[in-house]
Amino acid sequence: MVTLSTPSSQPLVKSSDPLVKISNLNFAYGQRSILSGINMEIPRGKVVAIMGQSGCGKTTTLKLIGGQIKPTSGEVLVDGQSVKKMKAEALYAMRRRMGFLFQFGALFTDISVFDNVAFQMREHTDLPEELIRDLVMLKLNAVGLRGAQDMMPSELSGGMARRVALARAISLDPMLMMYDEPFTGLDPITMGVIGQLIRKLNDALGGSSIIVTHDIQESLKIVDYVYFMAGGKVVAEGTPDEIRASELPFVHQFVWGEIDGPVPFQYPAEPYREQIFGVMDKNKKAGKNNSAKDVEAAHA
Amino acid sequence: MLERLASMLRGLGRPVVDHLWRLGYATRFFALILLYSGTSFRRLFLIFREIYSSGVRSLIIILVSGLFVGMVLGLQGYDTLQRFGASDALGVMVALSLVRELGPVVAGLLFASRAGSAITAEIGLMKATEQLSAMEMMAVNPIARVVAPRFWAGVISMPLLAALFSAMGVFGGYLVGVKMIGLDEGAFWSQMQASVDFREDIFNGIIKSAVFGVIVTWIAVFEGYDAKPTAEGVSGATTRTVVTSSLAILAADFVLTALMFRGS
Repeated sequence: MVTLSTPSSQPLVKSSDPLVKISNLNFAYGQRSILSGINMEIPRGKVVAIMGQSGCGKTTTLKLIGGQIKPTSGEVLVDGQSVKKMKAEALYAMRRRMGFLFQFGALFTDISVFDNVAFQMREHTDLPEELIRDLVMLKLNAVGLRGAQDMMPSELSGGMARRVALARAISLDPMLMMYDEPFTGLDPITMGVIGQLIRKLNDALGGSSIIVTHDIQESLKIVDYVYFMAGGKVVAEGTPDEIRASELPFVHQFVWGEIDGPVPFQYPAEPYREQIFGVMDKNKKAGKNNSAKDVEAAHA
Repeated sequence: MLERLASMLRGLGRPVVDHLWRLGYATRFFALILLYSGTSFRRLFLIFREIYSSGVRSLIIILVSGLFVGMVLGLQGYDTLQRFGASDALGVMVALSLVRELGPVVAGLLFASRAGSAITAEIGLMKATEQLSAMEMMAVNPIARVVAPRFWAGVISMPLLAALFSAMGVFGGYLVGVKMIGLDEGAFWSQMQASVDFREDIFNGIIKSAVFGVIVTWIAVFEGYDAKPTAEGVSGATTRTVVTSSLAILAADFVLTALMFRGS
């Protein structure tokens, strides 16, 4: 009788398990804590957004999932495997099943659009050049840029470069797509195009997607679930409808773009009155005559 | 007083420790280049492309400089040699100066300024625009794919460029000595042929230029890879490549000359 077993290093993964599971994740650069106690789940087939202000640790979370940096403590499981325990070879094998869209595309500037999209196919497969050509055309057609195959990255607009980078990221049909600020610096039409492409490609490939963004309106249209981060922690989570209806002060301020709230408009400083009138008050207490000249001199 | 002394010692010690740490990091990087060179040799077109970019594109500056250096050597050499009635030895003087010293050293310095700086700027900008990170995320090792081909292209190009520099220099010396001053053409070439030894002079020159090729490209790729990913960081790294590799070439030249030519 033949018995089926899984190798001890490969845990049995059920299709109902989330594709990415982050448990109690902490990360610090030296003494400076960046992430603390992060818990997240990215289900299979879903598009999940990680939102928050610049510098709240969103991109760091993506880098930890992709194994570019190692956590201080806690665990990141991708398809049931611990990223921090992976050796270089296993990490590279996992990355072949991942796609990563960088904020400004990160296209290779010395090769054409066609060669950029063909890059991973040529590096990781032995496919004949004719087949690679067909596959590149399919990917470029999916992002609407079949006609730009011979252009160099320097000839592309910001939106086109982002779409080519998207075609390159999906060139090996990844199980997990990660998008780092995909909407930054794009006009509303291009933003809509990229948003729709992210959703359609995710559904067509049957994989999962993580979008790191602070563009709330565009991403709420296309995602299934949202995690809100602030100060290196997850402060709220929910479906787009729950997020829109949320009364949590931070979420409310973020969704409706209010300039003051839990995230203050003012950078921390000593009280305004004290900063402006402090010199006068001090002089008064010292019994000096507050001439304009004195104040000027004290400021200088 | 004791506190000031301790602070002074700390101030002196920190840069020394930093430089040693960086040297160790650069050595480790060199070992990684050698370790990941397999891809470059399996896919030779990667090296050929870089030979074109750093070698072929340096040809103009190398050839023109070689010609002028040879012509100056011809003028200066004739001026000195004719005082001792040995102007027929001009060809020997020009050829030996070039193949032993000036060829490898000046070609190395020019290569550092032309190709070394370009390699550093290119790798530094690839880092600044996240192209190296993108490669890593596509499971492609940037040291194997970007750094190693540039390194080997530099190591292969440098001796060839030095040889061309010397050849152009000899031609420059010929133009000045024979065509301009009117020395005997037969004496110019035959004395050169009789006195320049392949093993002692030409081969040692080739070894020197290969060593300079390793030094320049190692420094160039390291500085690019280690550059801060900002405009200021890349410009600083490019400057460091030219300064460090020029000094390293001159220092290594002294050591190699001391080992190779002992007046035997």
